[in-house]
Amino acid sequence: MTIGRRKKVDGPNSRESVSRRGFMSWLVVGWATFAAGLGGLGAIMMRFLAPNVLYEPQQTFRAGAASEYAPGEVSTRWKAKYGIWIVRLEDRIVALSTICTHLGCTPNWLASEQKFKCPCHGSAFRANGINFEGPAPRPLERHKITLDDEGVMIVDKTVSFRQERGQWDDPESFVAV
Amino acid sequence: MTEDKQAGFWARFFGSTIWRSIFRVGIPRDRRARLMQVLSNFFLHLHPVSLPKHAVKLKYTWCMGGLSFFLFVVLTFTGVLLMFYYRPTIEYAYNDVVDLRETTPMGIMREIHRWSAHLMVIAVWFHMFRVFMTGSYKAPREFNWCVGVVLLTFTMLLSFTGYLLPWDQLAIWAITVGSNMAAATPFVGQEGPGVALLSIGNVGLIGRTSDARFLLLGDTSIGAGALLRFYVFHCVFFPLIAVVFMAIHFWRVRKDGGVSGPM
Repeated sequence: MTIGRRKKVDGPNSRESVSRRGFMSWLVVGWATFAAGLGGLGAIMMRFLAPNVLYEPQQTFRAGAASEYAPGEVSTRWKAKYGIWIVRLEDRIVALSTICTHLGCTPNWLASEQKFKCPCHGSAFRANGINFEGPAPRPLERHKITLDDEGVMIVDKTVSFRQERGQWDDPESFVAV
Repeated sequence: MTEDKQAGFWARFFGSTIWRSIFRVGIPRDRRARLMQVLSNFFLHLHPVSLPKHAVKLKYTWCMGGLSFFLFVVLTFTGVLLMFYYRPTIEYAYNDVVDLRETTPMGIMREIHRWSAHLMVIAVWFHMFRVFMTGSYKAPREFNWCVGVVLLTFTMLLSFTGYLLPWDQLAIWAITVGSNMAAATPFVGQEGPGVALLSIGNVGLIGRTSDARFLLLGDTSIGAGALLRFYVFHCVFFPLIAVVFMAIHFWRVRKDGGVSGPM
């Protein structure tokens, strides 16, 4: 009687019992599902944290005609809104990035000393963007600047030109004057 | 007569169903009862029922681990109080911090939070220094050393995220500098090494709006999004994770044989 009852509960052929192999495979399936769910949740969370819409200024803007800038002028007109200095050098106008190449602060244009001076760690750059003082390891970056059909300069911040990569001769990195 | 009555009152009080349901062990009169009292009390069970003599020597532990935890508790308490006044938006954040100093009653609360934060960073470093100098990172405590390194990281992250919240010039530029380091993360930072490998054809997968720095700030520069994000990290996300690791840390101190002995 006792033996019969035990067979009914534990026996490998009993429908009501769970075999060791069956239990293990369900265990694996269960944990795999759980791990996949967790992984999916993690991916969803990371994507959720990267917003689709940014309330930042346009990356492309109209910077006016070349004649609006005097020879040798460093214009801070677009600094606050777009993070760009328009600089008129001897033969060209360039769009300098206002991000210090050391650690990303915003330098100030000191007209009396004719240099960009960064308040964070003291890096300084000439009007053309070349670094000469402090810890900045490379010149300021220049952004794409082109003329449209009406002769207005268009600055595109998504494209940058680096002096140390020899990109400052690129025709899109300046407007000739 | 009066004394008898009083004794009778207290005897009935300590013997009452209410008292005995909260404190199962009666007045501890022997070692076993004292031990049982510690083991049956949630707050006391965090501490061992008995300690080796050297473990309470200030000269040996400097109490730096305990102080770190104490400062964490102070920071949690004062931090929650500050949340009643501080609004993490660019319109209000700076003014609320000034108000906390100038107009809020007991305005010293913010200074307590700030000073405790500085002290906690120092205490955690000194704790690590002590553990290193006494060789307490050695077997069987290697794992707990690693948990401690995680806790050090979260102490730093809490300190870093709290740095932005006053929303003054120092905060903005310090976080600008600090978060630019995230852009140099290998593979997932837009200026990091190996990022060029993660591309399909000529189109890179990691750009200015999809790298580690962007996820940290929720923006391409320090602005309203970064302020709110750092606030949530600082007040909820990092403290919760730190508490979990602290629980593991303290539990492992006990399980690894208590405070290590002198060599």
